[in-house]
Amino acid sequence: MGRKILLEHIDVPGINTYEVYRSKGGYASVEKALKTMSPQEVVEEVKKSGLRGRGGAGFPTGMKWSFLAKPEGVPSYLVCNADESEPGTFKDRYLMEHLPHLLVEGMITSSYALGANTSYIYIRGEYFYLVRILEKAIAEAYANGWLGKNILGTNYSLDLYVHPGAGAYICGEETALLESLEGKRGNPRIKPPFPAIAGLYGCPTVVNNVETIAAVVPIINMTGDEYAKIGIGRSAGTKLISASGHIKKPGVYEIEMGITVEDFIYSDEYCGGILNDKKLKAVVAGGSSVPILPADLILTTANGEKRLMSYESLADGGFATGTMLGSGGFIVMDESTSIVQNLHTFARFYHHESCGQCSPCREGTGWMEKIIHKILKGHGTLEDIDLLWDIQRKIEGNTICPLGDAAAWPVASAIRHFRQEFEDFVKNPSAQREVKYYFHCNNIDTAAAYSSL
Amino acid sequence: MSELKEVRFSAESKDLIQNLIKRYPEGKQKSVLIPALHIAQAEYDGWLSVPVMDKIAEILNIKPIEVYEVASFYSMFNLNPVGKCLIEVCRTSSCWLRGANDVVAHIEKRLGIKDGETTPDGKFTIKTVECLGSCGTAPMLQIGEQFFENLTLEKVDELINKYKTESKYSSYLDGTTFRKN
Repeated sequence: MGRKILLEHIDVPGINTYEVYRSKGGYASVEKALKTMSPQEVVEEVKKSGLRGRGGAGFPTGMKWSFLAKPEGVPSYLVCNADESEPGTFKDRYLMEHLPHLLVEGMITSSYALGANTSYIYIRGEYFYLVRILEKAIAEAYANGWLGKNILGTNYSLDLYVHPGAGAYICGEETALLESLEGKRGNPRIKPPFPAIAGLYGCPTVVNNVETIAAVVPIINMTGDEYAKIGIGRSAGTKLISASGHIKKPGVYEIEMGITVEDFIYSDEYCGGILNDKKLKAVVAGGSSVPILPADLILTTANGEKRLMSYESLADGGFATGTMLGSGGFIVMDESTSIVQNLHTFARFYHHESCGQCSPCREGTGWMEKIIHKILKGHGTLEDIDLLWDIQRKIEGNTICPLGDAAAWPVASAIRHFRQEFEDFVKNPSAQREVKYYFHCNNIDTAAAYSSL
Repeated sequence: MSELKEVRFSAESKDLIQNLIKRYPEGKQKSVLIPALHIAQAEYDGWLSVPVMDKIAEILNIKPIEVYEVASFYSMFNLNPVGKCLIEVCRTSSCWLRGANDVVAHIEKRLGIKDGETTPDGKFTIKTVECLGSCGTAPMLQIGEQFFENLTLEKVDELINKYKTESKYSSYLDGTTFRKN
């Protein structure tokens, strides 16, 4: 069995309640940090652990924390990014639903490290049922003296609040999230200044993903040096992977970084293989934004080495033959999947979610969706495929925030690795319509492949 | 021109909003705008009319345009009336891979309406939405705060039958969602 750290007690009945969570050693990291460590020492432990941001970017958390400005008389804030909305990603939801106290504990320990006396959990509006769960956990933490004034009799005080969004993927971008938290449209800010200097209400702010905050708990409990031994190289620790698509066992899996992709897809401990024992066609390994890879390249690198579930191995080969770990949203597609149709769902998504601030993204995402739709409808030309390529190149790197890149990469990689499928749609659309490019899962056994086209 | 009706929030909604205002630093009450719009939408049958938004502006002491621009940005806010039961069906990649198009087609057929439309009796609205974070339990749909996952067409039928008899708007939140500070 793989090593479980965050999900160690996930199967304990009632672990979502304070009593059970506490009986399993919950809130020990708060005791250890507040009673025996200075805030700077907590930051140092996180630095030593090698923990990298689990939201997608993979930036070293300890370093991000050390950038936080500490001007006199100005409050600083810790904001938890629970706006999980990268297609294919549902790990934060799983964690908050089953282990709400792990997030609350992580928020207290992390807030202490950063000297924040007010912290917020910004959660996507669609997860309102989780607001209820988190509010209950926070109320329990207050009732038991883990939140509020003079926690554990120390001088440290903290208030923790949940703040719902209202449906906007862009609010997962940290500066858009802060705008939203201030009651505005989720338009990303121009950086610099970075939130560590001027974030929420213009004050120094750290924004961290749910899983990142949760990982601080075991790091403080076991020490940063011990945590750094888990995993492989610069991919320290464990990672929650959201596995979905055509696999036998979709779900959230905690993996020690460094296991092979092949093992993750085929072993019974994880995905359990491809549904109905079909052949693997392609994988989107880290959420919709990262490049899609065909079966051969996701299982082995271009050099013929087995590809591993780690930041470095998944990125091996750059975008020519590699991809990214991203948020860990692992979408598996079997041999019957139409890459062009799947891409259409991504293109529509990014068009819908573009905030509209930067022209390349606002206009480009719309054009990409339209052109892919045109190709699917059988009206495409070969020039359209080149035009798609051209548009994505003109979006990438030309926008304030990474949504532009995120919209461009799936299009680029689909053309790079599956250009033939686009050409098939162009050259012989009627034949494409006859191909049963569609998957019927065990649940659904009726209706037509092209119902929404 | 439609007649402007007077907006009076219930004491419960007003208390909820005032409770939330205390969570943010003094003078930063605008932060409550999004939660307040959710509360208003829940009380006013699932959509935000101009008078409702104006009232929120008044409560938070901000300009009406600051409310409109936010309400029109976020996809969970409805600026037109919706049915008592708003069915939101996810159709992004993982859900599409596992049959979301069939779910949408089935609901459209059952209700006799298309995506974005409301049944003439005002009971149902169907809306296709982007990824709701339920990829491992696809296909799925959301009604109010509830997720319905691993859908089959039979399950969809059961849901439609169940919500047919609901007279109250299925909202994302109620008076018990947030704790009292």
